[in-house]
Amino acid sequence: MEPVIVFDNVHYTYPADEKESLCGVSLSIEKGSFVAVLGHNGSGKSTFAKHMNGILVPDEGRVLVEGLDTSDEEHIIDVRRRVGMVFQNPDNQLVANVVEDDVAFAPENLGVEPKEIRERVDAALRQVGMYDYRMHAPHLLSGGQKQRVAIAGVIAMQPDIIVLDEPTAMLDPQGRREVVDTVFSLCREKGMTVVYITHHMDECIDADRLIVMSNGCVMADGKPADIFANAELLRREGLEQPETARLLQDLRASGMRLEGEPLSVEDCAELIAQVLQSERSRS
Amino acid sequence: MLKDITLGQYFPGNTVAHKLDPRTKIILVIVYIVALFQANGWIGYAVVTAVTAACMALSKIKPSNMFKGIRPMLVIIVLTAALNIFYTQGTPVRPGWIITWEGIARAVQMVLRIVLLISGTFLLTYTTSPIALTDGLELLMNPLKKLKVPVHEMTIMMSMALRFIPTLISETDKIMSAQKARGADFETGSLVQRAKALLPILVPLFVSAFKRADELAVAMESRCYHGGEGRTRMKQLRMQTRDYIALALGAVFLAVMFVLKRYAL
Ligand SMILES: Nc1ncnc2c1ncn2[C@@H]1O[C@H](COP(=O)(O)OP(=O)(O)OP(=O)(O)O)[C@@H](O)[C@H]1O
Ligand SMILES: [Mg+2]
Repeated sequence: MEPVIVFDNVHYTYPADEKESLCGVSLSIEKGSFVAVLGHNGSGKSTFAKHMNGILVPDEGRVLVEGLDTSDEEHIIDVRRRVGMVFQNPDNQLVANVVEDDVAFAPENLGVEPKEIRERVDAALRQVGMYDYRMHAPHLLSGGQKQRVAIAGVIAMQPDIIVLDEPTAMLDPQGRREVVDTVFSLCREKGMTVVYITHHMDECIDADRLIVMSNGCVMADGKPADIFANAELLRREGLEQPETARLLQDLRASGMRLEGEPLSVEDCAELIAQVLQSERSRS
Repeated sequence: MLKDITLGQYFPGNTVAHKLDPRTKIILVIVYIVALFQANGWIGYAVVTAVTAACMALSKIKPSNMFKGIRPMLVIIVLTAALNIFYTQGTPVRPGWIITWEGIARAVQMVLRIVLLISGTFLLTYTTSPIALTDGLELLMNPLKKLKVPVHEMTIMMSMALRFIPTLISETDKIMSAQKARGADFETGSLVQRAKALLPILVPLFVSAFKRADELAVAMESRCYHGGEGRTRMKQLRMQTRDYIALALGAVFLAVMFVLKRYAL
């Protein structure tokens, strides 16, 4: 797989800070993959995200986006066009009083032809299911709807990568569902690369890859199933094991033979049912 | 309570008033204000009132919304009326009274002038989306760019301010409720006491406004904002026949008002 973002030994310290917020992060993100990032408060997730589109540039080391160095002032707009970024608070990232004007903001900045902007805006709003709200005022929408408009505003830029920094932190369960489904469809149907920062374990279950950060370092990096099976690591990082993983672990501890690490509730139930059935037929 | 503030609010619609080019509307509002200040007789005021009423009817803005816009100015209006009634020399309404017929006439005219001024300008913001409004302003002020006036920066600041008015108002509401729940009292006490009570609202409001500004700047940069250079617009402004008709009508209106003033009608 071809890497689209490469971190090469990235160090970063905020100007008014003594402690390093990123201490030597090296990794690459593959094209079309869905990468979830977990970590406790202050572990450096947002700092990590802000390095991907050159909002912050490394003190040491470098970040490459499709081969472009983010510290290269000349290409900064090219980098930002490739990496769309969605933030936690939807109110502070919508710039216009009408939904469609907001979605048009990025292509307008890029100097796209008016006719094409119109097409991009309509397509982006359809993609996130907000086309019917295009004439609405953003401040009257629900949190989940606002966040989907913010995603549309990024899609209209036609990026290859979309980075979301805790987009569901301020939303209710219904809004969370809407946003997560939208993001997954972008990755699975449109082939976009997604970096998804979150506090909610259950949102990471279907990711291709899970990165756990702690004190500015990558603590774990691998398949969600493998990481969630590592109870010791999760406890140390103050992360909660998903209920399914905990159930499987308890069952194993009590002597049941279960293979694999299914994380969704359905898969987990199916596996347990299978094992129970085979045990019953054996006895 | 603060939700009633309608400043800078836009009521979407599909009337001629909404469809006019924002530049036309901005020019017309300036024409309207100049015309209004020419009125110095009853006929003049009657003409301006009729024109305002016609524009309101055209834009299908509910009079109740118009009134909401005027309500915050009520104190000023009442004060103006009182001053004019009591301080104008002339024939007393009854012998010995200080209220004069001239005073009453002046008061009515002054109140009319303020109400018409507010209604006219609010018609602009009610029928024009903030984006269109600031786009219009930017284009009208374009020639000033040659004089190194930061026109784009000024208009983008204005559109951000308009965008965040509703957000900050609802935030103020929330902070006020939170302070009330802790026993803060905004409604009673002397003026100084009440002003002091506002401090615990202003401080958190400012802190959060700065935080918002910071996040907004990062979000705008992330969406490739880099000033006005090379920027295009999705909605291109184009003057149509109706704009020229509207401007011509505006010119006629202004001419009529000048003539009326000349003859002190
Ligand atoms: N603007 C700033 N100035 C100085 N230090 C900062 C700044 N922003 C973050 N930090 C520090 O950098 C470290 C990492 O912060 P960061 O925001 O990246 O964490 P995070 O994982 O995103 O946390 P959260 O889950 O709360 O969003 C923290 O120790 C924090 O105190
Ligand atoms: Mg963060």
